[in-house]
Amino acid sequence: MTSARNRELLALVPASLLLTAGFAAVFIERDDVLSNVSLTYGALFLGLCLAAHIVLRFTLPYADPYLFPLFAVLACFGLVMIYRIDDELAREQAQWFVIGLALFAATIILLRDYRTLERYRYTVAAVGIGLLLLPRLPGIGSQVNGAYLGVKLGPLTFQPAEFAKIAIIVFLASYLRDTRQLLVIGARRFAGITIPPLKHFGPLLIVWGAAMVMLFIIQDLGSSLMFYGGFLAVLYVATDRFSFVAIGLALFGAGSWALYHARPTITHRVDAWLHPFGSLYDQVGGSYQIAQSVFAQADGGLFGRGFGQALLKVGDSPLLPAAQTDLIYSVIVNELGLIGACAVLCTYLLAIERGFKIATLARDSFSKLLATGLTAVFALQVFVIVGGVTRVIPLTGVTLPFISYGGSSILANFVLLALLLLISDRARREAIEPR
Amino acid sequence: MNAPIARLFVVVVVLFGVLVGFTSRWTVFEADALRDNPKNRRELLEEQQIRRGLIRAADDTVLARSLKQADNSYVRTYPAGRLFSHAVGYSFVRQGRAGLERYYDDDLSGRNSELGSLIDRLSGSEQEGDNLLTSLDPDAQRVALQQLGGRKGAVVALDPRTGAIKVMASVPGYDPNTVKNQRAFTALNRDNDAPLLNRNTQSGYPPGSTFKVVTAIAAIDSGQYKPDSRVSGRNGKTISGVPLNNDAGESFGDITLTEALTHSVNTVFGEVGEKVGKLTMKKYMDRLGFGRPVEVDLPRDERAASGERQRGRIIPATNGAVDVGRMAIGQDKLTVTPLQMAMVAASVANGGKLMKPHLGDRIVDRDGRTVDRIQPEELSQVMTPDTAAQVGAMMSQVVKEGTGTAAALEGIDVAGKTGTAEVDHGCPNQLWFIAFAPVQDPTVAIAVTVECGTGFGGTVAAPIAKAVMQELLT
Repeated sequence: MTSARNRELLALVPASLLLTAGFAAVFIERDDVLSNVSLTYGALFLGLCLAAHIVLRFTLPYADPYLFPLFAVLACFGLVMIYRIDDELAREQAQWFVIGLALFAATIILLRDYRTLERYRYTVAAVGIGLLLLPRLPGIGSQVNGAYLGVKLGPLTFQPAEFAKIAIIVFLASYLRDTRQLLVIGARRFAGITIPPLKHFGPLLIVWGAAMVMLFIIQDLGSSLMFYGGFLAVLYVATDRFSFVAIGLALFGAGSWALYHARPTITHRVDAWLHPFGSLYDQVGGSYQIAQSVFAQADGGLFGRGFGQALLKVGDSPLLPAAQTDLIYSVIVNELGLIGACAVLCTYLLAIERGFKIATLARDSFSKLLATGLTAVFALQVFVIVGGVTRVIPLTGVTLPFISYGGSSILANFVLLALLLLISDRARREAIEPR
Repeated sequence: MNAPIARLFVVVVVLFGVLVGFTSRWTVFEADALRDNPKNRRELLEEQQIRRGLIRAADDTVLARSLKQADNSYVRTYPAGRLFSHAVGYSFVRQGRAGLERYYDDDLSGRNSELGSLIDRLSGSEQEGDNLLTSLDPDAQRVALQQLGGRKGAVVALDPRTGAIKVMASVPGYDPNTVKNQRAFTALNRDNDAPLLNRNTQSGYPPGSTFKVVTAIAAIDSGQYKPDSRVSGRNGKTISGVPLNNDAGESFGDITLTEALTHSVNTVFGEVGEKVGKLTMKKYMDRLGFGRPVEVDLPRDERAASGERQRGRIIPATNGAVDVGRMAIGQDKLTVTPLQMAMVAASVANGGKLMKPHLGDRIVDRDGRTVDRIQPEELSQVMTPDTAAQVGAMMSQVVKEGTGTAAALEGIDVAGKTGTAEVDHGCPNQLWFIAFAPVQDPTVAIAVTVECGTGFGGTVAAPIAKAVMQELLT
C-alpha cells in the first residue's frame, strides 16, 4: 500500500511548514529578526518525521496514512508553543521527541504481533499498577502540589501514570475480549437494570479497582477520571450495554460526592472550580490558577493576541502558573484566540476519529477494544485538561497530549500512536489480503 | 461492535463541543466581564510593559518619564516633582491615572497609531508611546508657587491669542512620585486640604468683584451702556428688593462705569446687572464658557463648571432663584473656577475672541517627528473687538489708579480686576485678581485666587499676578 504511505508523506509537508512558520513568528516577535534558525528547526523536524515515515513505510505499509501526520501537527504546534514559553524547555522537548520517535520505532518493530500482549495480560496489569505505585515509594517518589505524580530517577522526572494508562487499557481489552459474551449472557435484570455477573466481572473490578485506589493514593485526580472514563468506554463497546455505563456513572457520581465531603484537598479543588474569584483566590493552591486561566482566555478573544504576545510572567513570578503544562491551552487561546483553539481541538478530533476508524476496521475483538480504549483515553485526556482550564470540570494536572511539555507524556503517547498504527496496519492488510 | 464505537465517537464529539462552548464563553460571551474583574490585572500589567512617552515643558524640561525596572517593566517618574503635579497628573498601575497622563493616555502609550503599532509588531520592536510637548513654563510656574507660598489657592496663566496655558499652579500640591505608594496615595485622598484637587479646574469659588468684568462685557456689548455711562453709586441702594452696600460703606455719586470698575462699586454694577437682565447676562456667560465643564485638555472629572449653583448643581442665570443684581457683582450663588476667570480676562485681551485653553502643544514621536499639533481653537466670539477694547481700557484704570495698583508693572501696561468675596464657612475672604498684559498687545492672561485670605484681592492676589506676569513677559 504505497499510496497510503505517499499520502502520509505528503501530509507531513504542511506539518513541517507549520512548524517553520510558527518558529519564524516567535523569532520575529522575540528577536526582531527573522533568523534562518526557524528553517533549521523546520528541516530538523521534517527530518525526524521522514525517519519515522521510513520506518512506517517498511514495517507498517498498510497503516492509517493520516494518524501520524495529525499527531505530527500537534507535536510541532506544541513545540512552537513551548519554545515561545521557554526556549530551554523546547530544546528538552525536542530531545524527548527524538527519544519518543526511537521508542515509537522500537514498539513497532518489537511488537509486530501486538496480540502477544494478550497472553501477558495479568503481567501487564501488574506492571501498570506497579507503575502507579512508584511515586509513593520513598527515595524516588516526588510530590508536587499534594499529588504524587512523578518519579525521580537521577536527573529525570518521570510520570508513570502516563504509561500505566496504556497498560491498563491493554489489560481491559484482552480481558473483555474473553469475557464480554459472558458478561452479557450471564447478566441478570434487577429492578429494570442489567447487572453483570460478579463471577466474570470480579477480576475486572479487582484490577481496575486497584488502579483507582492507586490513583487516589497518589492523588492524581485527572488520571483517575481518564482511567474511569476509558474503562467505561471499553466496557460499553465490549458489551453494548448502556446500563453498565449507567451503573458506572452512578457509582462515579456517588464516589465523587463522598470524596468531596471526605477529602479536604478535593473539597478545595471543587470549590476553587465553582468560585474561582472568591476567597480561595489568594490561598496557596487555591483558585488563582483557574482564575488566571479564564482571564488569559478572555484576553485572547476571538482572534487572540498573536504568537508570542501572551503575558505569562510578572517580573519573575508567573502570571499563568504551569503555562507549559497544565495551562498550555490557556496560552493557546490567549495567543491564537477562539479560532486557534478550535483548530487545535479539531486536529485532536480528527486524530480521535482516525483512532475510532481503526477500531471499526479491526477484525478481531482484542484489536477493536484496544484501539477503542487507547483512543478513548487519549480523547479523555484532552477533555480532562482542556475542560479543566475552561472550567467545565475541576482543574486537574494532566498533560495536553503532544502539546504540553513533558517527557513521559511524549513517550507514552508515541507508544499509544505506535499501537494504533500496528492495529491499523493489521486491519487494513487483512481487508486487502484476506487470509 | 462497530455501532457502539460510532456512538462513543458521537459522545466524544459532544464533549469536544462542550469544550468549544466553554472556550467561546470565556473568549467571547463573558470576556468583557472577565476583563473588568477587579482580580484581572492583565491589562494593567501589559501597560507596564509599554514605555510611555515623555511629557515635556515648553522649554523641553522633562516632566514625566518612564524608567525601566529590573524586571523589564516600566515605572513612571516625575523629575520635576511637585512643580506640575496637577497639570501633569500621574500614571501608575495600581493608582490609575490623572491629569495630562490620563487625557493623552492613548498618545503617551502609543495606542493611537494603529498603523504604527502594526509595524512595530511586524518588526518586533516594543510598543512605544509618543512624547507630549506642553506649553507649560517651569520658571513662571515656580514663581507662582513661590508667590502662593503655601497659602491655599491657584494661579493659572495662558496666552490669550492661542489658549496655551503657561502656568497652572494649585496649592497644596503633591509629589506625583509618592502616589505609587498606595499608603501615601490613600493619605493624599483622605487629606482634608485636598492636595490631589486641581484648584484651577475643579474648585468652585465665589468670584467676588472679578465678575464685574463679565457684567461690564454684557452691559457694553449689548449696547445698553458705554464706559462713560453714569450710574448712581450711592451706598445702600435697593437691589432686588434688598439694600446693597459698597465696600466699607463708601458712597459715590453718579459715576461712570469706568470709575465704578476702577473702585469696584457694588451698587453701580448691581443696578447695571438688573438693567441688563438675566437673559443678556446668560448669553454672555454662555459665550464665556460658564454653565459647562471648563474647556481644557484634562479628563472630564477634573473639570468643573462655573455659574450659579443650587443644591450643588449648575443652574442657568435665567433661573428664578437667581438674584441677577447680586450675581452681577459676583455674589449670590455664583461659583467659578480660576481657569474660567482667566478665560474671561483672555477674551477681553484677545479682542473678544475666546480661545480654548490647552496644556498640550504637540505630540512628537520618538524620532522627533510631530505626529499631531494641538491647533488653537476658537470657542466663541464673546464680544466685538470694540467692546473688548473698551472693557480692556476700563480694566487698565483698575491697575493704574484703582484697587489693583499692586499689579502694575514697570514699563508694561496691565489691565486687571480685583475681587474679595465673602465666604460663609469660617474663612475671612476669597481673594482674587484677574488680569492681562501688555494692554496694547496682550500675550498673558492670568487668574489668581487665594483661599481664606485676610486682606483684599488687590493687596494679596494682585502682587502674585504681578510677579508671574513679570516672569512671563520679561
